[in-house]
Amino acid sequence: MYPSRFKYETPSTVEEAIGLLHDGGTDAKILAGGQSLIPMMKLRFAAPGTIVDINNIPGLDYMRTESDGTFRVGALVRHVDLERATELKDSQPTIAAAAHLVADPIVRTRGTFVGSLCHADPQGDWASCMVALDGSVVAQGPKGRRTIGVDEFVKGPFTTVLAPDELAVEALVPKAQGVRSGGYLKLERRIGDFATAGVAVAIERNGDVVSRAGIGLTGVGSRTINAEEAAAAVVGQPLTAETIERAGYLAAAISDPRSDHRGSADYKRHIVATFVTRLLTSMQPTREQSTEERVA
Amino acid sequence: MTSLFEEVAPSEDDNIPVRRVEVRLNGERRAAKVEPRLLLAHLIRQGFQLTGTHTGCDTTNCGACTVLFDGEPVKSCTMLAVQADGHEVTTVEGLATASELHPIQEGFKDEHGLQCGFCTPGMMLAAKALLDHNPNPTEDDVRWALSGNLCRCTGYQNIVKAVLWAADKLRDANGGAAEGGDE
Repeated sequence: MYPSRFKYETPSTVEEAIGLLHDGGTDAKILAGGQSLIPMMKLRFAAPGTIVDINNIPGLDYMRTESDGTFRVGALVRHVDLERATELKDSQPTIAAAAHLVADPIVRTRGTFVGSLCHADPQGDWASCMVALDGSVVAQGPKGRRTIGVDEFVKGPFTTVLAPDELAVEALVPKAQGVRSGGYLKLERRIGDFATAGVAVAIERNGDVVSRAGIGLTGVGSRTINAEEAAAAVVGQPLTAETIERAGYLAAAISDPRSDHRGSADYKRHIVATFVTRLLTSMQPTREQSTEERVA
Repeated sequence: MTSLFEEVAPSEDDNIPVRRVEVRLNGERRAAKVEPRLLLAHLIRQGFQLTGTHTGCDTTNCGACTVLFDGEPVKSCTMLAVQADGHEVTTVEGLATASELHPIQEGFKDEHGLQCGFCTPGMMLAAKALLDHNPNPTEDDVRWALSGNLCRCTGYQNIVKAVLWAADKLRDANGGAAEGGDE
């Protein structure tokens, strides 16, 4: 299968890329990892007139935690870079847990974190993680940069608020206000298949008390779901069996899955409740830990 | 040949954009003029006539078209040929030397790691990428590394054995337990 004919551009700076997007109007598309765009072009679901390949722009493959605690991921960071970054296990546990579950190991060598957010597939793992972490996308256009919360960034299935001449240059996760825990669980029939359901959880704690919580749901609606009420159910108190069960119930309730060959809607809701419960339960401090924290 | 065949009127101005792409293919410098929409898999197969790289699903699922791109495994049906410009590409033809099979190839032969053979080139390159990163993989590591490559014949058992066989052989060749991996 061949894509339709297109003009191929290889800018060497972000500004040049934005200029090319501007000139191309709505007909230009950014190529980063290409692991979603190229398949869509081959199937002719997408037929952009201009491809702006940003792979030759130096300086976009960074991932770092700033001195103010903000974690930044540049537009050319591949899934595999996050998978190999073992230090993320402590600082960004939700992202570390999802990194080896995105697509399959070979797709992960090319596909990018920011590209996955821009693709806005309701099946995308990263958007759920970023919703749970209250993360943002930084978009750069002819008039400068703006930072957009991921929940607002994703407008609907495969649709974002990016203007045609804006390039998503990086994604960022804000500093945790307490001790961060997190995780990601995904049910898939085989590796690389779309998720039957996926759940991202991120919490921050002061002592035993949960000061902030976020829950993002993958593949159980026409867009990434921000399960705000479910997250709110565990905030302001220590994690208990009751608050955890309530969060699971509320996350399942806000899910809007379709029955298909991967399972019935009821089954998928059940998976969501199970995953939320399982993840939050794993984050309950053990008795020793909570004593230690109190002593400290 | 560089792109899809398209007959044009004799008088029509030739407007099709063509770009030069130069790759180091299995260690050898090769260059071509291609349409940007030509896929890397097709550059390798139809362009450079190296037909060991197979196109299976053509939808980024099966991994039969896996090649190494600067040492990392990629699905060559999901990259544009022009993206390979200035990069290194290794296909299954780059594994063996003129006189000797690569230990991974030997492993597939010795452990019967194939039946129809269609997925095998992709499997072997995914395995090479694994062993380059991790010379001492567990069975789980091997299954994990090959989870982006589908085989519809073998049930994977002998493929996994073949890769573990190759890992052993490569370790032996590199000085036995020097890495501290063996008991």
